[in-house]
Amino acid sequence: MVDRQAMPLQDPEERAHNFDEVALGYSDEQALAEASRCLECKNPKCVDGCPVNIDIPGFISCIKESDFDGAIETIKLTNTLPAVCGRVCPQEVQCELHCVLAKKGEPVAIGRLERFCADYERKKGVTPPQRSESTGKKIAVIGAGPAGLTAAADLAKAGHAVTIFESLHDTGGVLTYGIPEFRLPKAIVKEEVEYIKQLGVDVKVDYVIGKIKTLDELRTEFDAVFLGTGAGLPKFMGIEGENLNGVYSANEFLTRVNLMKAYQFPDYDTPIKRGKKVVVVGGGNVAMDAARSALRLGADEVSIVYRRGEEELPARREEVENAKEEGIIFRLLTNPTRILEGENMTVNGVECINMELGEPDESGRRSPVPVEGSEHVVDADVVIIAIGTSPNPMIFSGSEGLETNSKGTIVVDESGRTSIDNVYAGGDAVTGAATVISAMGAGKIAAQAINEYLSK
Amino acid sequence: MSYQIIEKKEIAPSVHLMKIQASDVARAAKAGQFIILRIDETSERVPLTIADFDPEEGTVTIIFQEMGKTTKQLAKMSSSDGLQDFVGPLGTPADVRELGTVILVGGGVGIAPVYPQVKAYREAGNKVISIIGARNESLLILEDEMEAASDEFHVATDDGSKGHHGFVTDVVKEILDSGEKVARIVVIGPPILMKVAAGMTEPYGVETIVSLNPIMIDGTGMCGGCRVSVGGETKFACVDGPEFDAHKVDFNLLMNRLALYRDEESKCQENHDHKCTCRGEN
Repeated sequence: MVDRQAMPLQDPEERAHNFDEVALGYSDEQALAEASRCLECKNPKCVDGCPVNIDIPGFISCIKESDFDGAIETIKLTNTLPAVCGRVCPQEVQCELHCVLAKKGEPVAIGRLERFCADYERKKGVTPPQRSESTGKKIAVIGAGPAGLTAAADLAKAGHAVTIFESLHDTGGVLTYGIPEFRLPKAIVKEEVEYIKQLGVDVKVDYVIGKIKTLDELRTEFDAVFLGTGAGLPKFMGIEGENLNGVYSANEFLTRVNLMKAYQFPDYDTPIKRGKKVVVVGGGNVAMDAARSALRLGADEVSIVYRRGEEELPARREEVENAKEEGIIFRLLTNPTRILEGENMTVNGVECINMELGEPDESGRRSPVPVEGSEHVVDADVVIIAIGTSPNPMIFSGSEGLETNSKGTIVVDESGRTSIDNVYAGGDAVTGAATVISAMGAGKIAAQAINEYLSK
Repeated sequence: MSYQIIEKKEIAPSVHLMKIQASDVARAAKAGQFIILRIDETSERVPLTIADFDPEEGTVTIIFQEMGKTTKQLAKMSSSDGLQDFVGPLGTPADVRELGTVILVGGGVGIAPVYPQVKAYREAGNKVISIIGARNESLLILEDEMEAASDEFHVATDDGSKGHHGFVTDVVKEILDSGEKVARIVVIGPPILMKVAAGMTEPYGVETIVSLNPIMIDGTGMCGGCRVSVGGETKFACVDGPEFDAHKVDFNLLMNRLALYRDEESKCQENHDHKCTCRGEN
């Protein structure tokens, strides 16, 4: 058997200075070689690992026969955002984790093959989807992120009239404001959203539910409502100096860069502080995105400060490796204690303390404890806080009876049904910050439940 | 989607009024709320407090002063143009209810957001005393409208060209010293004015409200760029505000954060001017 095909990447030194996509994608030959590794198991475990249940052996067998059209058709039966998923899904903990080849060696590169098929179709021009016969039912979807887009697509395919309400001026949610261009080009997000519009979905941007209209109003105007409002509220640490000039939430930093294109300032009007020495607090994918963006904005030194160890980094391994290759410094088992103030209330370094791992906490991870007397200062003029987000509560104003839990997330049953009869929810608004694909999976499940509810 | 400008006029030197067709926003708007606009694809998102709204006509009025690149660009637009984005109403509405006597103070372009509040407080059954001020007479805006909507009306100018010679806060102090029982004071204007007003009213123990307009992007609580410190707690002006208890606001932090992009703003302006000149030569 041939080896797992490596993903061609832009040279690290070069890419550290541009916002172009890092991963370049498989060639036809590489795709064929990689596809040939699939054993086409009779009882494929990989499909169980996929939140949207793509017929993985099915599409790979099409690739083997060079039937790329057949491959993308198979994927699109259950996944409306293949070019996105092929790029940002954590396949190593989903489909690829379950691949039988992973038991003895390396799994089939399912994600890369998915991306290959999606890119093949984009290059040749996406076939417009067929519209379904109308059911006469109207559905409102709140939020044009991964959960909302997926639910909208499935509901439109079932023949319902779907309207998406999005508060920002552009669609895509975290795909647009959060994930940087170098990991997920915005042109790709646009094209995938375009496809969903071609299914007949009406998208209203600049439309803030909770302000223009409340959920209570919407659920009387529409037959059903899906809430895919995400987890957009940034968390801060509550340490001294967090309001100094030069301290950003990762959300703000990334929104400036991605949605507002501050990396093209002054051709785009939105400014951003281009730090020379940047500290990013946190160890997830968002922290990696922020660190790598700061580097591309011209920083001399960017470090990740994370309170646990390498093993515990919640970011995808691939992203950690990419970040390291580009020269991001990892200050592990380190935690900020305060941000130091320089002239005119600007940032002048971060005081940190070393940590060591103690007993496992309720999540099973060993909890870090500070090492007394190990305080030290890390030079910095920009600090980015990437320690997570919580659901945006705006949707809750005027939503009588919508049950939430203490973390502010919406309570749903296994089919995405909320405490209100015709209101469903899914994605980060329900789970708290998680992955694109899990939000898509939730959108799919809720769409199915809405279909059943409406056919009653 | 484009939001049509249906009226535009210069109401004071470099101060412009713009009426925009935005039915959804107009229908839902309440005094004290703001909108965010974006002129075109490369523009920044600019928050502006609503100066007036007409639910029947479906229009929202904004008033802005030419300051940076975006407001200058906006000033050049006319009633045939459209804005790419116009989002709102954002923020928590002003807490308008019957209190007794309320003083509403507007400084400079801050007179604009005070106007809908004057109307709302009066409608709620309050005695409304309005005080407007500016550097000089020519910079006073909405004078007639404010006078008509108020029970009592005062003007102050820094140079004495109209009304009281001095600051609006002098007039507030006079009223408080006169023994008139005032239930609440609302002050909207430049941060320095709000800071001075807060310091002035505090010894009198009269509830004082200010409307803050820090730098923000989304206006829905997502970026946290607009964080302000109120009573030692960090708040997001876009969702927790924009109105806060003046006696608890850390104005120095607010002013410092407002100056964050001063260098970038001039760079953006230069870049824009340069492009305009180049285009002019072609």
